[in-house]
Amino acid sequence: MAVCIAVIAKENYPLYIRSVPTENELKFHYTVHTSLDVVDEKISAMGKALVDQRELYLGLLYPTEDYKVYGYVTNSKVKFVMVVDSSNTALRDNEIRSMFRKLHNSYTDIMCNPFYNPGDRINSRAFDNMVNSMMMQVC
Amino acid sequence: MEGLTLSEAEQRYYCDLFSYCDTESTKKVASNGRVLELFRAAQLPNDVVMQIMELCGATRLGYFGRSQFYIALKLVAVAQSGLPLRVESLNTVKDLPLPRFVMSKNEQESRHTALYSSDADNPASYSGVIPPPPGRIQVKKGSVSHDAVQQRTSADQQESTSPVVSPQQSPPTSPHTWRKHNRHPSGGNNERPLAGPGPFWAPFSEAQPGSSASSDPIWSGHSPPPHQENWVSFADTPPTSALLAMHPASVQDQTTVRTVASAATTNEIRRQSSSYDDPWKITDEQRQYYVNQFKTIQPDLNGFIPGSAAKEFFTKSKLPILELSHIWELSDFDKDGALTLDEFCAAFHLVVARKNGYDLPEKLPESLMPKLIDLEDSTEVGEQTGEVGYSSSPAEAPPSKSPSMPSLNQTWPELNQSSEQWETFSERSSSSQTLTQFDSNIAPADPDTAIVHPVPIRMTPSKIHMQEMELKRTGSDHANPTSPLLVKPPDLPEENKMSSSVKFTSGNTVNGYSSSDSYASDPEQIGNTVTRQRSHSGTSPDNTAPPPPPPRPHPSHSRSSSLDMNRSFSVTPGQQQTGVVAYPPAVPPRPQPSQGPGPHVHRPVDAEGLIAHTSTSPQQIPEQPNFADFSQFEAFAVSGVNKEEEDEIETHSEVLQVEKPSDSASSLRVAKADGRVEDKAPANVPTSAGKGTTPLAPPPKPIRRRLKSEDELRPEAEEHAQKTGVIAAVLASQPSIPRSVGKDKKAIQASIRRNKETNTVLARLNSELQQQLKDVLEERISLEVQLEQLRPFSHL
Repeated sequence: MAVCIAVIAKENYPLYIRSVPTENELKFHYTVHTSLDVVDEKISAMGKALVDQRELYLGLLYPTEDYKVYGYVTNSKVKFVMVVDSSNTALRDNEIRSMFRKLHNSYTDIMCNPFYNPGDRINSRAFDNMVNSMMMQVC
Repeated sequence: MEGLTLSEAEQRYYCDLFSYCDTESTKKVASNGRVLELFRAAQLPNDVVMQIMELCGATRLGYFGRSQFYIALKLVAVAQSGLPLRVESLNTVKDLPLPRFVMSKNEQESRHTALYSSDADNPASYSGVIPPPPGRIQVKKGSVSHDAVQQRTSADQQESTSPVVSPQQSPPTSPHTWRKHNRHPSGGNNERPLAGPGPFWAPFSEAQPGSSASSDPIWSGHSPPPHQENWVSFADTPPTSALLAMHPASVQDQTTVRTVASAATTNEIRRQSSSYDDPWKITDEQRQYYVNQFKTIQPDLNGFIPGSAAKEFFTKSKLPILELSHIWELSDFDKDGALTLDEFCAAFHLVVARKNGYDLPEKLPESLMPKLIDLEDSTEVGEQTGEVGYSSSPAEAPPSKSPSMPSLNQTWPELNQSSEQWETFSERSSSSQTLTQFDSNIAPADPDTAIVHPVPIRMTPSKIHMQEMELKRTGSDHANPTSPLLVKPPDLPEENKMSSSVKFTSGNTVNGYSSSDSYASDPEQIGNTVTRQRSHSGTSPDNTAPPPPPPRPHPSHSRSSSLDMNRSFSVTPGQQQTGVVAYPPAVPPRPQPSQGPGPHVHRPVDAEGLIAHTSTSPQQIPEQPNFADFSQFEAFAVSGVNKEEEDEIETHSEVLQVEKPSDSASSLRVAKADGRVEDKAPANVPTSAGKGTTPLAPPPKPIRRRLKSEDELRPEAEEHAQKTGVIAAVLASQPSIPRSVGKDKKAIQASIRRNKETNTVLARLNSELQQQLKDVLEERISLEVQLEQLRPFSHL
């Protein structure tokens, strides 16, 4: 269960950010922003190999006391960043991966929509629903 | 109070009115307040109202019971038609129009007023058009009022009566729609409302005066709104003056509409009445219209409209991009960026609905789901076509999706292959959405692997995929290369790969074994798929493993027919062995420890192993000379059911060597078989014993017998091992029997008979096993489903 999910475009501006509302959202926005540096680091580290072979799932970007940040980058340099609560230890790596996969699938569905201009903010209800399903259920 | 006979339409109408007035839901008494309102709405002079009330007996009773209410309504109708109010007139007046009520504006009624007041277009458009009744009932009312309409001579009256039926007329518009119309300044400017719906379609229409008629397609198709409260046809009769005012302005449209609409009336009625219960259903004429629009963009009905063309087209509807985007998301069912005919119709329908004020649903309604069938071009509804049309330049001949599809599909399998191998079985879904998995951990797939279409063999069989296979087979007949169809095959190899990766760490040997999930598939097919899969898995270079169970020595090698009777009898005993061996359906490939990891790998997947073994055994058995199965059989006979494969294999070799030689061995085996049988299926003992005692019998026979006994045992033990044991037995017996062949004709005939019996037994066994397999598969599927459900994102 993520606490915050963000989709960042290639130029490093956000396409979509959604946080669990009860938290201080600004904190998460900041966290996501700083995590972009880590993402870039990881990308460049892998960059030696061909882009194709680069692993899309970046794994744990950095942990903090309260939460962990995971990253995922697509072949078109669109980044997905997910912040999860550290206390939620039951979340396994596999599940994070599958969450990212779902995100990626939904993202491609959005791209398929001719009414969506790449680079626009993501306003799709279907995407929202999917993200909601992944977010922590907070009453 | 005299009895009152009401026509059916009247009956229903009055019933509705009564329930409307029955504010307290007593079902017996209409609340006075409401009734009085109603009567006021009837626009009758007060004294007439008083008269009515007196006549119906309410003044006597002090309340309006159902019968009083009905009588009152009838009297209202009488009064409105200008006839003198008499009690006798209740039953004598024929063809009385339904009473009309002008509602004042309170919340609910305002809707209706809007409905009716409206927009002269409505009455105009629908004079004569009986709209889909909110409740079926109203169809009749419509027809009644239609008659009434025809009785009237004055246009005014026609207009005024049409509002009566307008609830039915107004295309199933929901109150939303009507509110929307109401927003049009219907108050002062009566022409405006008429034009109201017009502008919606202005961009689309080709400047035809029949714009209101053009609205027909919009409205006629819409079934009554989901909310049907108080659809009791309260009609708001526009003040006659207003009507008159409207009249000249709208007369043109009205006439146009009338002429146009009247022809379509009956058809519409019927069509509408059939679809009113589903607001999202597309009526025939709507569908026709959509199809025609589709054709303007893409002449091939089985082709696709690419996203860009669709975007242009729908942008013309002037809906906000956000909504169009949402409509697209809903209607692009297969998420491929292009619209098939069904998807296009769904999208168009949603656009139409949205323009009429329906809110867009969150999920695609069922009636709009695209079906994978070809669309028939039904007879065109002349009025509908041409009136509304996108003045669109027919899009660039859509680079028919077909050519692009295959390439897309080919990329999918590659992507699929690269899907994480760590992914568990449950993660995999057969929806097209999983196709977009780009995790590129794997080396680029070689071209072979991309070709996955033909044989839908799955590593892990499931009913879903069996169905997909069916679909694919049927789908290949369609000219329609809809992606859902094409999507499926990619899924299969994906799944094959996935399951293989999950379950089998080793290479293809296992793939080979577990590849054939479809019992129906030809052995050759299986072999082929095995080959293919070997290339697919790509992880293990040693795919060569057990060369796919020999290219079917028996081309027609189905399980039941694997008992090659002819061969077994015509060929020398030694070979009969082979034939017989081929026979038992479920004999697993176990007999070949030489097949490397196979047996070991199988162990972990016992369940599948059973399946796999059973499926592959027929192919492998013929080829396996070692027939270590003998030993297995012996082992079982000796030690009871031995589920350990290794043990079996070991005992195979041991016993094999031991047992090979002699008749005595065979009889020994027979005895053992008997022993086994006694343990579990005493019934067979006599037969097997009998069999065993006829060494002269052609080899198959005693073997069959053993098989038979085995058969009995097998279902309980579900042990492929046992089957191998059977084979072992068979094989074992064969070397020992060679001499007996052909010696005794009688014996041969007897043995033939017995063989036939064995045949049937084995066939039965086969079907039982198949059934078992199916059950196991079902279980598996359900477990997977459960696992999937339990595998949440919620770990809380």
